[in-house]
Amino acid sequence: MSRLFTKDTQAIFWNNNKTAIQRMLDYDYVIKREKPSVAGIVAPTSSNKFEKFFWGADEVMIPLYKSTEEAKAAQPQADVLLNFASFRTAYDVTMEALNIGGFKTIMITAEGIPERLARGMNAYAREKGVTVIGPATVGAISPGAFKIANIGGTIDNIINSKLHRAGSCGLVTRSGGLFNELSNIIAINADGIAEGVAIGGDRFVGSVFIDNLLRMEENPDVKYMVLLGEVGGTEEYKVIEAVKSGKIKKPIIAWCIGTIAKYYDSGVQFGHAGASANDDRETAEAKNKAMKEAGIHVPASFNDLPEVINGVYKELHAEGIIKDIPEPTINTIPAYRRPKQFICTISDDRGEEATYAGFPISSVALPSTGKGIGDVISLLWFKKQYPKWATEFIETVIKTVADHGPAVSGAHNAKVTARAGKSVVESLVTGLLTIGPRFGGAIDGAAKYFKYADDNDLSPKEFLSYMKKEGVPIPGIGHRIKSLKNPDLRVKGLMDFAAENFPATPLLDYARTVEALTTSKKENLILNVDGTIGILMVDMWRALGYSEEEIDEFIESGTLNAFFIVGRSIGFIGHVLDEKRLAMPMYRHPMDDILYDVKKAEPIG
Amino acid sequence: MAQKAIREYDAKSILARHWDVYFPNFNYPYQTILVQTGDELREAAKTTHPWLAEKPLVAKPDMLFGKRGKNGLVLFKVNKPGDVTLEDAAKWIDEKRAEKQKVYFSFDGDTPVGEPSEDYLTHFIVEPFTPHDQSEEYYISATVVGDEDVLYMSAEGGMEVEEGWDEKVTEVAFPITATEEEIEAKIRENIPADVKPEDKEAFAEFAIGFFKAYRELNFAYLEINPFVLQGNNVELLDMVAKLDDTAGFMMVDHWGDIEYPTAFGMEAKSPEVEAIEEADAKTGASLKLTLLKPEARIWTMVAGGGASVVYADTIADFAGIDDLANYGEYSGGPTTGETKFYAETILDLMTREKDPKGRDKILIIGGAIANFTDVAKTFTGIIQAFEEYADKMKEVGVKVYVRRGGPNYEKGLKDIKEAADRLEIPIEVYGPETHVTDIVRMALEEK
Repeated sequence: MSRLFTKDTQAIFWNNNKTAIQRMLDYDYVIKREKPSVAGIVAPTSSNKFEKFFWGADEVMIPLYKSTEEAKAAQPQADVLLNFASFRTAYDVTMEALNIGGFKTIMITAEGIPERLARGMNAYAREKGVTVIGPATVGAISPGAFKIANIGGTIDNIINSKLHRAGSCGLVTRSGGLFNELSNIIAINADGIAEGVAIGGDRFVGSVFIDNLLRMEENPDVKYMVLLGEVGGTEEYKVIEAVKSGKIKKPIIAWCIGTIAKYYDSGVQFGHAGASANDDRETAEAKNKAMKEAGIHVPASFNDLPEVINGVYKELHAEGIIKDIPEPTINTIPAYRRPKQFICTISDDRGEEATYAGFPISSVALPSTGKGIGDVISLLWFKKQYPKWATEFIETVIKTVADHGPAVSGAHNAKVTARAGKSVVESLVTGLLTIGPRFGGAIDGAAKYFKYADDNDLSPKEFLSYMKKEGVPIPGIGHRIKSLKNPDLRVKGLMDFAAENFPATPLLDYARTVEALTTSKKENLILNVDGTIGILMVDMWRALGYSEEEIDEFIESGTLNAFFIVGRSIGFIGHVLDEKRLAMPMYRHPMDDILYDVKKAEPIG
Repeated sequence: MAQKAIREYDAKSILARHWDVYFPNFNYPYQTILVQTGDELREAAKTTHPWLAEKPLVAKPDMLFGKRGKNGLVLFKVNKPGDVTLEDAAKWIDEKRAEKQKVYFSFDGDTPVGEPSEDYLTHFIVEPFTPHDQSEEYYISATVVGDEDVLYMSAEGGMEVEEGWDEKVTEVAFPITATEEEIEAKIRENIPADVKPEDKEAFAEFAIGFFKAYRELNFAYLEINPFVLQGNNVELLDMVAKLDDTAGFMMVDHWGDIEYPTAFGMEAKSPEVEAIEEADAKTGASLKLTLLKPEARIWTMVAGGGASVVYADTIADFAGIDDLANYGEYSGGPTTGETKFYAETILDLMTREKDPKGRDKILIIGGAIANFTDVAKTFTGIIQAFEEYADKMKEVGVKVYVRRGGPNYEKGLKDIKEAADRLEIPIEVYGPETHVTDIVRMALEEK
């Protein structure tokens, strides 16, 4: 771990701080990273699944997660947590991440975390071997590889300060604003920085000067270090010790700010919460003096710091320790860019030939390809190539639900509309608009409730009493005339197909035990075609390796109904064309078929 | 800032509120009251605190300073110890608050050292007089040193303990990760040898409870000097405490209604400083202002906690501190309105009087290269303040030096230059190509 970050480092960003994340992605794009440095965002209160960000002129989607745990499970490679929670929750977020594990670095931006909590959190991180940057910091950067949030400021400033490619200085400061300033000074007077950390302004921060300097001592990219300390605390003395004992051999240039504090009594707080001298050793002057005596390069004042940096750099350069750095080519961010209004992840018409999920249309459409409509659905609906048994099942379903005669409400509506002289599309949608919880919806309902019962290990009896409590008849159970003795051949066909081709049918097996119970009560309470389709779809997805959550999502979003819509459209169009062919006149319902029961309206009030 | 001093009365009240949690086997009567006048005390005796009329009393100021005994500001006797009545205490309070009192903060033996602070006494704590023997007085305190909590215990309490600290006081340090068992064991092992044998067990138990309360109630400093042990009865004769106010949000119920008073002798905050503090408390950004010498001629309006210190350092290096009027900073992306308010406050303060030597006043609008604060936006606030104060600035003679970088800085610098030129305010404007504190040199080298 001699380098804090590499060009492959990815982070989980806690809190959807869009500006900061965009700054990171702009940086990534400029330095030509392959992957965005933010792998995922934890946004506990958002109901969105992703957030769009610019990637150059283009856009990328960064997934959103509800919790750190979820984010880490989905993005195990992301070993940096950027904790942008407020001072009220930053502690909990850090502790949770430490317990989840797998993070090498945690950066905490909140200022004013209760001291005792900050101390506990820092100690726990140390025990777990996790580097904490902050609290109360703007972050850290490994130029040319990875940058945290807002550090370095704008892209223009980053390039001016040579923060887009690795130089040879290791920079450690407390202050975030001065970090930026020093990067600029080092870019002007030397060749930029190789790694930089602003450790944070609170009294108790995780990694302190010495932790960062010792790491930089090991980092071959770092040839010398610049340390900007502050009045207050004794952390600089640990650095002095390390220099004296030879643990740090690379040259250090250092300065402690806050020399003015000596003029005032302790009532005046200069700078950060951590900056307050409790005894003489903690004054900026004492520390500057002690550092100088230890052989650290200490300027006469902050104003002289650039000169000293320039001197050390020139010396190391003359000795050949620092080589000239070739300036890399960089991408530029377009001055004007606009977020895209729509996103498409299923098909693309921009190339030579339009594609379905990456497959040219001809490669799935032509008979010679051996592909059917089930394959097209698997590509366009699920963005996957389903195996033969699954696409055949989908086709079987569509064929099975294509029509159910003229009397059902959807077909009837389509026919009435066609007879009113409306077009095919108008008549078709009238029919389609009846599809819902009562017409066709049993597929959705069956999948949902049977899956719920199976997921929760309800016995058939418990399931029945659960549904009774819900006040819903079990969807997918019951038929007008069919019974066990007089089975529905469509149902039998689907079940036989599944038995032969599905790797397993756990939900159907469960549904059969429910059916055994319901039919023992009433003959016609059989698993009907809607129920069978819904249940087998769940079994299909399970066999294809989808997670239960993904399947729940399919059900929630109405995917099952979609099979019915596609299939039944075939039938509706048939009925509409039938009407057109027969040139049937406008339909008027016979009055003797209507019960008129109209009473005179009473006045109210 | 994170660690804030509270009154003795509040410190006792916090401990009393949680007494049974930390000191279940000790009795503490918690008879104490904070008053500002004698009448208030007389009234309390009739209503809420009847013991005031029944017991001999002790009265002393409760205003964040110690050495009250040596300063002659503890009333415990009229003729002999323990004869102070309610009326005596009430009269004494009115007498002491009527005129400014001199208070010395350090003593060599009984001789005061240094200059006294002079101020009015406004708050008094009154308690029953506890007759006890010197040998029953003990000392205990706890605070953070470096990364560790340190518990200090001594068999000698009272004013004596501070003289000969090293010989008399036992120090025990604990890492933040120490468990309750470890803490308990270590305290038991380190009870000062000269605690009376019959008090050792009680002392240990009290010290364990004390340290636990210090940790769990988020005290940054807690001292009882002395406390008196009489079997299971405890008296807290004198207490000093600081709270970690960043823990305030989770301690609301534990601390109760806590006030952070200004220390005795500290100048009361000016209304301007208070207004800035109020604005600071309301924003996610940071607005800080300290007046050092309001009649001086160099004023700073610097962005950023670190940069503001560097500017102050540099001014002191070049010109000493005699000319430095204020210290302060704004950071964390304040809005245009917040920056305008901050700038107006400073412009108002600096244009009240001309420089006695007839020189121009200098306003340093400095800052490092911002990470995320929008420079143009904050400068818009400053420009609006210029517009309000242009006439006054010209009358007093203010020269402005600007140096800033960061998001949108080109626009910010251009805007402020144009505005100053239009308003005929002399100004020099520099960007990130100029060293951050170089404007201080330029400003001070001129004539």
